[in-house]
Amino acid sequence: MQSSEERTSPQTKSIMRFLRPTLNALGVPLLAVLTAMIVGGLIIAFAGGDPFMAYIGLFQGALGSPRALSETAVWASPYIFAGLAVALAFRGGLFNIGAEGQLAFGAVMAALIGYALPGWLHIDLPAFIHIPLAVGFGALAGALWAAIPGALKAYTGGHEVINTIMMNYIALNLTSFLLNGPMRDPNPLNVIARTPGIAESARIPPIFSGFRVHWGFILALLVALAVWWLLWKTTLGFEIRTVGANPDAAKYAGIDTKRTIVLTMALSGLLAGLAGTIEVTALNYRHELGFSIGYGFDAIAIALLGKTHPLGVVLAALLFAAMRNGGTRMQFLTQIPVDIISVIQALILLFVAADAIIRYIYRIRAREERVVLTRGWGG
Amino acid sequence: MTANIVLKAKGITRQFPGVLANDRVDFDLREGEIHALLGENGAGKTTLMNILYGLYRADSGEVYRGGQRVAFHSPKDAIKRGIGMVHQHFMLVPVFTVSENIMLGAETTRRGTLDRKAVAAHVRELSHQYGLDVDPLTVVGDLPVGIQQRVEIVKALYRNAEILILDEPTAVLTPQEAEDLFRIMRELTQRGVSIIFITHKLKEVLTVADRITVMRAGKVVGTVQPQETNEAKLAAMMVGREVILKVAKGEASPGENILQVKDLQVDDRRGLEAVRGVSFHVRTGEVLGIAGVQGNGQTELVEALTGLRPIHAGKVLMNSHEVTGKPPRPIIETGMAHIPEDRQRHGLVLSYPVADNLMLCTYYLPPFGVRGVIQPRAVDVNARKLVENFDIRTPSPYVPTSKLSGGNQQKVIVARELSRPIKLLIANQPTRGLDVGSIEYIHKEIIIMRDRGVAVLLVSAELDEIMALSDRIAVMYRGQIVATVAAAEVTRELLGLWMAGATPDKV
Repeated sequence: MQSSEERTSPQTKSIMRFLRPTLNALGVPLLAVLTAMIVGGLIIAFAGGDPFMAYIGLFQGALGSPRALSETAVWASPYIFAGLAVALAFRGGLFNIGAEGQLAFGAVMAALIGYALPGWLHIDLPAFIHIPLAVGFGALAGALWAAIPGALKAYTGGHEVINTIMMNYIALNLTSFLLNGPMRDPNPLNVIARTPGIAESARIPPIFSGFRVHWGFILALLVALAVWWLLWKTTLGFEIRTVGANPDAAKYAGIDTKRTIVLTMALSGLLAGLAGTIEVTALNYRHELGFSIGYGFDAIAIALLGKTHPLGVVLAALLFAAMRNGGTRMQFLTQIPVDIISVIQALILLFVAADAIIRYIYRIRAREERVVLTRGWGG
Repeated sequence: MTANIVLKAKGITRQFPGVLANDRVDFDLREGEIHALLGENGAGKTTLMNILYGLYRADSGEVYRGGQRVAFHSPKDAIKRGIGMVHQHFMLVPVFTVSENIMLGAETTRRGTLDRKAVAAHVRELSHQYGLDVDPLTVVGDLPVGIQQRVEIVKALYRNAEILILDEPTAVLTPQEAEDLFRIMRELTQRGVSIIFITHKLKEVLTVADRITVMRAGKVVGTVQPQETNEAKLAAMMVGREVILKVAKGEASPGENILQVKDLQVDDRRGLEAVRGVSFHVRTGEVLGIAGVQGNGQTELVEALTGLRPIHAGKVLMNSHEVTGKPPRPIIETGMAHIPEDRQRHGLVLSYPVADNLMLCTYYLPPFGVRGVIQPRAVDVNARKLVENFDIRTPSPYVPTSKLSGGNQQKVIVARELSRPIKLLIANQPTRGLDVGSIEYIHKEIIIMRDRGVAVLLVSAELDEIMALSDRIAVMYRGQIVATVAAAEVTRELLGLWMAGATPDKV
């Protein structure tokens, strides 16, 4: 058995070969962030600013004080939920562009339960019942909103990208109608489209008094852990990933692919719904039109930067939150408009999506592609 | 016999991470000969050819073209020196016509526009000259695979190729199409074209080659004349040990009916009738082989039986349960195992570790799934056991399955399907594209299953495989079973006739 000996001898080398893609997977996003910061710095310098001052301001604003840290965590909470929503759908082979709409619909439902439920029931609810109800209904509303395009995909073949975008429009206009009409805050002093404040019993409290960071942030971290567990440790997660990786093989293996697609979208929407719900129940204590513009779309960038892994999503969400939060301080210190943050975020996404640029700049060999290109060494 | 040597490789060495793909390989090609390059998957045949064609550079070694040392930096250089390659996977644009495909990259223009007429005329001339019979104006996507391959050959000739490299050209062909190809190859060599014929099929080599070079594990084992060797000797050279080409099997002892199919009708993807009223049964402890040229409804039949395709009419009984029109899971749960035709599309999730693919159909059952949670220990134990028992060559059970060779990927499927308690095995083209060693292994496993009392339904376009394994043979032609016979009472020739549509007198 000469051939078997020859195949096992370079075993350590083989192991390295399989480790390297993992290292690459971590390396590219980090290098993308670094490169985007450098290019962003050049843009600041070109516009006549001082990039070092700008980044010092950004850092101080994001992490420089307990208050800054608290605010970064506040920003990060919806980003984590929404990023997980998009990442989970990606793992199931679905592109959920509708997080924005699911989030809005979840926020409306959470607000409604938050301010109206005690009135309907004519009793004061204790917080340990009212908070879970508000959060739960908000999450379910997001799940329902996403399950619709999921079902359309599974049973009619309608593409989820188109249908989630359509559902976004419906959700945003429906929200606008509700907040201007039936759910509008009746307070005579109110001039904007918003709901009444939610009951005290539906409010998720801050972790430390005097800071805005709330238990919703902890919940987001726990949910990230739960999503990881679900995807990689449960049979349902195995089904979701199998349908995402190879739907034909999933069907062959006896998995009900249609049901799994609907379920994946519903779970994704549930997470997006939580993003909206947390903003209502833990931060704003009401739903106000336009609070969330862009969370659902930033979530796509976060999911991609985090390589659709829950841990990566948390890190990417923290980064985006730090940049959004630090931008204000940066603008105050250096008069550089906060919009540069959007530019840097766009650059990060660009470099992650077109990772050939990063691989070229840093000479990271894309060994994977070589193998695909040549279809093995022989035969 | 001192014909001109038109192409020569000397001491070619090429290293890939972890693998020495070519180790001081010498190879030469004489003018007007068919030189077969024989070897198992992974022996280094394709690497050598890619070096000769300019796709790879050798780490060391020299290439001579017509006595002159050359260094090809890309296929362009090779084409310039009259070398053409027909890849296993065709490089054709399906929506273009034959002549459009042929001129692609070498367009003839007239005042800035494509001169289709001139190209078509040239293609017609070439096609006539070499007996290739290709119509330049047909859209390539509408052509059968065998003709598409000829388009590739014409494409090379159009670029004035004097040397043709054919990489596993018969892997995608029916026996008849392969015969046609061999005729064309001889025609070409008579007109001075020299051919390198890469394959792992022994019979073909002996029929068509003038010389045979055998490679194993990156090295040349030897070069022989077809007259002085035979299948067994070649197989031993390829594998490095004696190989049993005949499957050793005793008498079948069939028992009760496991699979019963009655008047089954199934539509294909385009909604056309692909299976038109098929009835048969398979008993415990026997192999029913379904022979037929590919595309006569076998694919649709298997997909319908396994729950992957809706059934139009008829009845399927598995183990005396009616499973007509049920989805795959309940059918699997009655004790059905399925080795699918397209292993990469249906049988495996290539990005998954081997261990996960080894439990793909049973992940939700104990010991793997307990109350909805996957038990990594059980997955690990199962994977290590099957990797060992089925001799799956992988550095670890946690390597992505895409990294395994074709033969080992198929072994993953076979291991998974045969390691659970089953009553019926449906194997569709179980050894297509595999090397001799893997074929031998999988055939042996199928017979072991039969002898354990499993009912086996074997679908194959390889007549040899059908003859070697089956106890009874059914021939499918145009969606119907035209004959069912005991394997012992039939000849290869008769089966071939039935496969081609001749009606049998006795059934």
